[in-house]
Amino acid sequence: MSAIPLPTPAPGLPGAARRRTATEEPAWVRRALIGVAIGFMTLFLFVPLVAVFYEALARGVGVFVAAVTEPDALAAIRLTLLVAAIAVPLNLVFGIAASWAIAKFDFRGKNLLLTFIDLPFSVSPVIAGMLFVLLFGAQGWFGAWLVEHDVQIIFAVPGIVLATIFITFPFVARELIPLMQAQGTEQEEAARVLGASGWQMFWRVTLPNVKWALLYGVILCNARAMGEFGAVSVVSGHIRGLTNTMPLHVEILYNEYQFAAAFAMASLLALLALLTLLLKFLVEQRVRAQMRQVGDRSE
Amino acid sequence: MIFSRTLLRRHSVLPGFDLALGFALLYLSLIVLIPLSAAFLKSFTLSWSEFWAATTSPRVLASYRLTFGASLAAALLNAFFGLIVAWVLVRYQFWGKRFVDALVDLPFALPTAVAGIALTAIYAQNGWIGQFLPFRVSFTPLGVFVALVFIGLPFVVRTVQPVLEDLSRELEEVSATLGANRWQTFRRVIFPVVMPALLTGFALAFARALGEYGSVIFIAGNIPMVSEITPLLIMTRLEQFDYAEATAIAVVMLIAAFVLLLLINALQAWSRRRQGLA
Repeated sequence: MSAIPLPTPAPGLPGAARRRTATEEPAWVRRALIGVAIGFMTLFLFVPLVAVFYEALARGVGVFVAAVTEPDALAAIRLTLLVAAIAVPLNLVFGIAASWAIAKFDFRGKNLLLTFIDLPFSVSPVIAGMLFVLLFGAQGWFGAWLVEHDVQIIFAVPGIVLATIFITFPFVARELIPLMQAQGTEQEEAARVLGASGWQMFWRVTLPNVKWALLYGVILCNARAMGEFGAVSVVSGHIRGLTNTMPLHVEILYNEYQFAAAFAMASLLALLALLTLLLKFLVEQRVRAQMRQVGDRSE
Repeated sequence: MIFSRTLLRRHSVLPGFDLALGFALLYLSLIVLIPLSAAFLKSFTLSWSEFWAATTSPRVLASYRLTFGASLAAALLNAFFGLIVAWVLVRYQFWGKRFVDALVDLPFALPTAVAGIALTAIYAQNGWIGQFLPFRVSFTPLGVFVALVFIGLPFVVRTVQPVLEDLSRELEEVSATLGANRWQTFRRVIFPVVMPALLTGFALAFARALGEYGSVIFIAGNIPMVSEITPLLIMTRLEQFDYAEATAIAVVMLIAAFVLLLLINALQAWSRRRQGLA
């Protein structure tokens, strides 16, 4: 984002102390627009964020600590971390494989594949959860077989993991594909010509070239994986201490009118969101710089 | 070997095409395509009249009206304020600008359940904002609208922002030289270039709002026929183990979502062409 230089009055010109140029708005318009933008953001984004932390600590630090350290809360935190630890790496591997094929090769059906990768973004989380109930639920396609072999997927951890993978499926691929497409294939071809094996080329050339975009995708994927509510809610069964993730635990506490405890748990998730925004902010600048670099080189 | 022989348009010296595409297709099929086709196949177990009855009963129709209506209203509001936010972030310097810029992404990062309980608390009748309003927000259809506004804002801002950044200043100078005032320049020169991106952002916010669940159910009150959104209705049917009816409603929502996805793709292509001309 390039800063727009403020118009500097021409030296020695009387009366030019502060006159707007032809492509600037009058000062009052500028101030009004900034005011409207900040007012809107405050009302809809900033106040809710502050409210989470305020409500979490409103009954004192003791209540907060008790709420986040009771056994069911700790079980929910552990489950959320476990689900993210499975879903994010799997989607990471998929993202790398898909973007390698899509960005570095020219093949038939590429656009169709790109559309399919975006599909999970347009599916309602509740429907995403429902899909796995239809497959693995008691009345589902594989339901009878699963009961026979005593495998439980729905209302158990595997279902939560599957629903989370579905919801966070596109994140890494979507960050990698545009950058890898822009970078082209010359560096990898050079590596091959110089005798590098496929994996050497991948580890020494491709991966270092995309590491920031990769990290960016992982951060977004992780935030969504830990915060997913709708899809997980359908498949979880809400068994305390067993199949309750952090967002589901927030819901249970809230519905039991344990507001302080619900907001305490919610504030942990809000902290995760703030951390995500901070990391996103830092990494984004690197990705942008890299995109610009690629742009300059190809010109 | 199969893929590289049949699909590749051009031979490449780079390795790994078969492995990468094979794994990507396998994973895509297992996680996305097979489950999605399960939903459509399940809905075929209903006869046409059963399907029609399940998807057009008065309670379902009321939920469509609320879901589509509130999503549309929220996306419209976001289109208006999102354009102002994007404009202010690109064109003006002010104290705290970086913070505001980062805050735009909050709805992407904040889990929806957290957003839901926070919005419910502040828009409740004794809440920070609710106490100053002469009408009720939490536990009414208006609450649904507020939650969807929260969810949709970043889609508009993040789609419009890059287009505004790339806008050439020369065009505006030419316009001013030709005698246009600032408002005319905005309406005749800037807005036509930004419009496809604004429409895309609007459509993205609308599509996201249609499926939203977590942030809405806390603030909506969930009264059937009044403040019950379609995703919640699907959830209710599932909890009653009425899978066929849940699937039928879900298929209607999926078709709406896919139509929107195609529309968004077309809009994005148009937006890129428009920018290319500018």
